[in-house]
Amino acid sequence: MTPFPTFFFAARLAWRQLTYDKPKLIAATLGVLFASVLVFMQLGFLDSLYASAVSAPIKMRADLFVLHKQTEALWRPVQFERSALMRALGHPDVRAVYPMYVSLGQFKNMDTHIQRTLMVYGYDLNGDLIDDVDICARADDLKRQDVALFDIASRPEFGPVSEQISKGRDVTEVNGRRIKIVGTFRMGTTFAADGNVVTSDLNFHRIFPQRAFDKIDLGFVLLNPGSDVRKAQADLLALMGQEMRVFDYNELVEFEKGYWENSAPMGFIFGFGVVMGLVVGMVIVYQILFTDVSNNLSQYATLKAMGYSQFYLQLVVLSSAIYLALLGFALGLGLSVALYRLAEQEIFIPFPMPLGKIATVFAFILTMCSLAGALAIRRLKAANPADMF
Amino acid sequence: MALVDVKGVSFAYGAGEFRRQVLNNVDFSVDRGEIVILTGPSGSGKTTLLTILGGLRLAVTGSAVVLGRELVNSDENVRMGVRRQIGYIFQQHNLFWPLTAVENVCMALELDDRLSEAERRQRAGEMLTEVGLADHLDRRPKQLSGGQRQRVAIARALVSRPKLVLADEPTASLDKASGHEAVNILKRLAKDYGATILLVTHDYRILDIADRIITLEDGAITPQSVPSS
Repeated sequence: MTPFPTFFFAARLAWRQLTYDKPKLIAATLGVLFASVLVFMQLGFLDSLYASAVSAPIKMRADLFVLHKQTEALWRPVQFERSALMRALGHPDVRAVYPMYVSLGQFKNMDTHIQRTLMVYGYDLNGDLIDDVDICARADDLKRQDVALFDIASRPEFGPVSEQISKGRDVTEVNGRRIKIVGTFRMGTTFAADGNVVTSDLNFHRIFPQRAFDKIDLGFVLLNPGSDVRKAQADLLALMGQEMRVFDYNELVEFEKGYWENSAPMGFIFGFGVVMGLVVGMVIVYQILFTDVSNNLSQYATLKAMGYSQFYLQLVVLSSAIYLALLGFALGLGLSVALYRLAEQEIFIPFPMPLGKIATVFAFILTMCSLAGALAIRRLKAANPADMF
Repeated sequence: MALVDVKGVSFAYGAGEFRRQVLNNVDFSVDRGEIVILTGPSGSGKTTLLTILGGLRLAVTGSAVVLGRELVNSDENVRMGVRRQIGYIFQQHNLFWPLTAVENVCMALELDDRLSEAERRQRAGEMLTEVGLADHLDRRPKQLSGGQRQRVAIARALVSRPKLVLADEPTASLDKASGHEAVNILKRLAKDYGATILLVTHDYRILDIADRIITLEDGAITPQSVPSS
């Protein structure tokens, strides 16, 4: 038999076998669907975790960033001396340095008066440190006393702030201090904070009076145009001492991502979920295929007696595995898209479904089913036509 | 020239103290177009002999030339080549439940690249008509009686026009009427197509279809083996 008919006949027989027993087909498809959805959801949570983790750093604008070495992530910084940042001004390539203050604060819902925790960013407005159209447009407003901008991508528990501002109800409390919300911007919630507020460094210290002005959380370093960033980074690192870290933009983003990936157990937990989903799916598909081969052992042995090769029989089993992968994955993708939308509505963190992720999960599912098929193929060895007599 | 020519074939299962000799120096031959029944008590070695002649089990002693190919000490490719020219009928029909009668019979023709899909279906339909199942072509095994299933198995074994048909207790799972009907169909078609039949059975009711009966006892052919007439 030539190769194409061999594949075609094997695939056709596999399809007929698979679709003959509907309950078995449904059980196997559900197994693959379950694995697909589990993998999609775990990867979805992981991606949204990373996407949300870097929602603040990706808006920060500077050539270099200075952090304390013990800082694990921006949402839980270890403060360092403002003077340490100022030392950078001694470098000939450094044009300016600006501090940023970061802390969790209590924001009072203007309707319910219930307080909820969000992240407060305070910075020197002269620095133009945040790359956001709305924030830049309101920079002058932020220089006034006791004002702030509110992140409209925050959780709804903070109230319909945008709507309230338009109705003139723009005064609330942040950490018990009356603050006027003079506008909004969009940043997004994270696994660490349900919302964000941006204000000036001076207002930040009004909101957090216990915070010392000379203890900062993050330093922004702007270099002269044409400066060698790598050299300046190495020089500043030497200048500031062993206790500091100096990152460029990409390193800062990766550092923040790396916290959730490595320091926090999130990466491991979601990764483990992916592996467990695939293992459970593989066991289900293996059981179905193994039972199928066992139930048809005499038929397969008869085919062998008729002159069919072992390869043909292996193709039948592998084709069944691939059909299950396609069926389960297609249904799992549909369900996952719906669950992604639901998750976005519930936890206000983006759940992107790019083609790359679809291809990755399909590759996982196809490999899972193929492995299950390869394991079930071992059962075919028992199909000995001599035993049929 | 004999279609099956067996000389000095011996076979044993196991080794050492667990070795059990099943065939002892068996000699016999089957001519083209003959219907030969191989009978004998359980454990006499008749099924083992049938599997060796069908290229399903490898013997290492003696000579077994089937369809012009030596099977003793042969490699798998030789045996597979011989298997493709043989029609097999088992005690159980071993039909694929999801496939219709005509699709099951077509399975025997899918190894033949020269036939188109339509030609396969046509030949399978004609063969099923020959075995009296013209009205059951598109029925699945579940919708057929035991006798009808065995007739589909016979059609599957003969549709590729094999020169040799090996049957092992084809009536074992059938009642008397169905069993007799099945072997009569087998005999008629074998004669029509010039096929040679080597049939293993315990069923004395069907001995009358044979041209010759060979009896095996303790792995050897007994002198009582005679033409059935």
